[in-house]
Amino acid sequence: MSGVEAAGGLRSARTRVTAPRLPALLGRAARGLWPGLLGLLSIGAFVGLWHVATANRLDLYIRFTNVPTPEAVAARAALAFHDPEFIQNLWVSCRRIMAGFAGAALVAVPMGLLTGRFLLLRRIVMPVMEVLRPIPAIAWVPMAIMLWPTNEESIVFITFIGSFFPILLNTLAGMAAVDPVYVRAARSLGARERNLFFEVYLPAALPQIFTGMAVGMGVAWVSLIAAEMIAGQYGIGYFTWEAYSLVQYSDIVLGMICIGVLGLLSSLLVRLAARAAMPWSRGRGGR
Amino acid sequence: MSGHIEIRNFALHYGQGAAAVAAVSDLSLHVTSGEFVSLIGPSGCGKSTVLNAVAGFMQPSYGQVTVDGQKVRGPSAELGMVFQQYSLFPWKTVRQNVEFGLKMQGMAAAARRQAARALLDVAGLLKFENHYPDQLSGGMKQRVGIVRALAPGPKVLLLDEPFGALDAQTRSIMQQVLTNMWQRRRISVLFVTHDIDEAIFLSDRVYVMTARPGSIKAEIAIPLERPRTAEVALSAEFGRLRRRVSGLIREESIRAMGGEVSAAALDGVSQHLQPAEV
Repeated sequence: MSGVEAAGGLRSARTRVTAPRLPALLGRAARGLWPGLLGLLSIGAFVGLWHVATANRLDLYIRFTNVPTPEAVAARAALAFHDPEFIQNLWVSCRRIMAGFAGAALVAVPMGLLTGRFLLLRRIVMPVMEVLRPIPAIAWVPMAIMLWPTNEESIVFITFIGSFFPILLNTLAGMAAVDPVYVRAARSLGARERNLFFEVYLPAALPQIFTGMAVGMGVAWVSLIAAEMIAGQYGIGYFTWEAYSLVQYSDIVLGMICIGVLGLLSSLLVRLAARAAMPWSRGRGGR
Repeated sequence: MSGHIEIRNFALHYGQGAAAVAAVSDLSLHVTSGEFVSLIGPSGCGKSTVLNAVAGFMQPSYGQVTVDGQKVRGPSAELGMVFQQYSLFPWKTVRQNVEFGLKMQGMAAAARRQAARALLDVAGLLKFENHYPDQLSGGMKQRVGIVRALAPGPKVLLLDEPFGALDAQTRSIMQQVLTNMWQRRRISVLFVTHDIDEAIFLSDRVYVMTARPGSIKAEIAIPLERPRTAEVALSAEFGRLRRRVSGLIREESIRAMGGEVSAAALDGVSQHLQPAEV
C-alpha cells in the first residue's frame, strides 16, 4: 500500500520536474547567491564611481582633485602591509579596543545585573550614571590625560568610557524585561536568591547584554579613533591623522578602510560570541 | 499521609484602606492526601489567587493556608506549580529544565541527569531531552512543565489553567497524561480551570467558586469510576454533573455581569430595531 503510494508520488514528482528542471535549478542557485552577488555589485559600483570621480579629478563643488584613485590606494596598501610600522599601528589599535572593551564589559555587566536586581543599589548608582552618560567619550580626552599617568592608559580609558554606557544601560533594560514567570517558576522549584541570579536573571538578560555589547563595540571604535587622532602615538587613528599632516593622501584612505574593516570584524566577533553563549536562540526568529 | 492542603477562612484584599478590593473572601477548602481536586468558577473570581496563596506567592489578608499543618510561608520545592503561561526556561534544554529542581536540592550532576532522564522517559519525552523549549509544541511544553514540577518530589501539585492555551484535541490528551502521572505518584493535586468538562473528567471533587469576591459556592463529589476514558464524558452521570456545575457557574457569571438583563429592556431594543430591519 505504502509502496504503491510512494511509486505514484515518485512518478508524479518526475513528470513535474522534467520540464522546468534547468531553470528551476538555476533559480534556486541564483536565490542563494543573489544577496552575495548584489553585495559585490554594490561595492564594485562604489569603487567604480570612486575611480571615475578621482581619475577625472572631478570638481562638483565637492572636490575630488586631491582624492587618491582606488588604484593608488591599492598600490599603497600592498606596500603598507609589508611595513612593520603600519602593522604595529593596526595591532596597537586592536589591543586598545580589546583592553577598553573587555574592561567595560567586565564592569558594566555585573553593575547592570546588580543594579537591575536591587532597587536600593539602583537608586544610589544610577543618578551618577545618568549625569555622566550624555558626556561623549571624546569630551573625556583632556580629563583622561590628567587622570592617567601614560597616554596609552588614557586612550584605553576613552575606549572604556565609550563602550561602558551602552553595555550598562542594555544590561539594565534586559534585567527589567525578565519575565516574572521564570522567577516564580524557579522559586517554586526551590531556587534561592543566588540561584535566581545565575540561573534566571543572567541568562534571561543575555540577549540584551549582547545587544549592548554590539552597540558598545561600535562606540568603542568611534571613541578610540578620536582619542588616537587627538592624543595618540601609534594606532590606526593616529596613522590616518598623520597621513593628512604629511600630505600622504593615499594613506588617509587606507587608514579609513582599515578602520572600517576592523570595526566590521569586531562586531562580527561580538555576534559570534553571542551565538556561542546563547545556543538556545539559534534557529529562532530574528538572528 | 502527606500533602494535605487546608485553607481556612481565607481572604485576600488588594490595595490598602478604603481603596482595598476584596479578591477572595472567607474561602475554605481542603485537599486530602492523594486527592485530585479542581477549583472552578467564573472569570475573575479569584481562583488563581487562591492557588498562588497555596504556592506561597501571596500571603492571605485573613485566614490561613497550611500544608500538612505547616503554614505556607513562601514558595518551595514541596509545593510544585504548573503555570498558565509556558514557563520553561528557554535557555535550558528540556532535560536541564527537569533537572533544575534537583540541582537546587544540591544533587550531583550525574545523579540528577539520570533522574531527569528517567522522568522524561516515563512521560515519553526522552527523545526531546536535548531540545530547547522553543522547538517544542505547546502541549509538549506543558508536559515538560508538569514533569519539571514533579521532579523534586513535591508534596502537592498545583496547576493554574495549564491547558488553557491548547487546542481541544491536545487538551484531552494532556488530561489523560496528567491523570496517569497523578495515579502513578498519588500526589495531592489542586487544579484551577474554567473548563467544566475538564474539572469533572479529572477530579475526585470539584469546588465551584462564587463571583468576585470569590468564596466557595458548592462542593461537588465526582463519583465517576477510575480509570476514566474519554468515553466517560458521554455517560448520563457525566451529563448530570455537567448540568449541575454549569448551572452554578452560570448563576455566578450573570451575577458578575451585574444581574439578569430585564425582559422589558430587551423588548424596547427589538421595537427600535424593527423599522430598520424591514
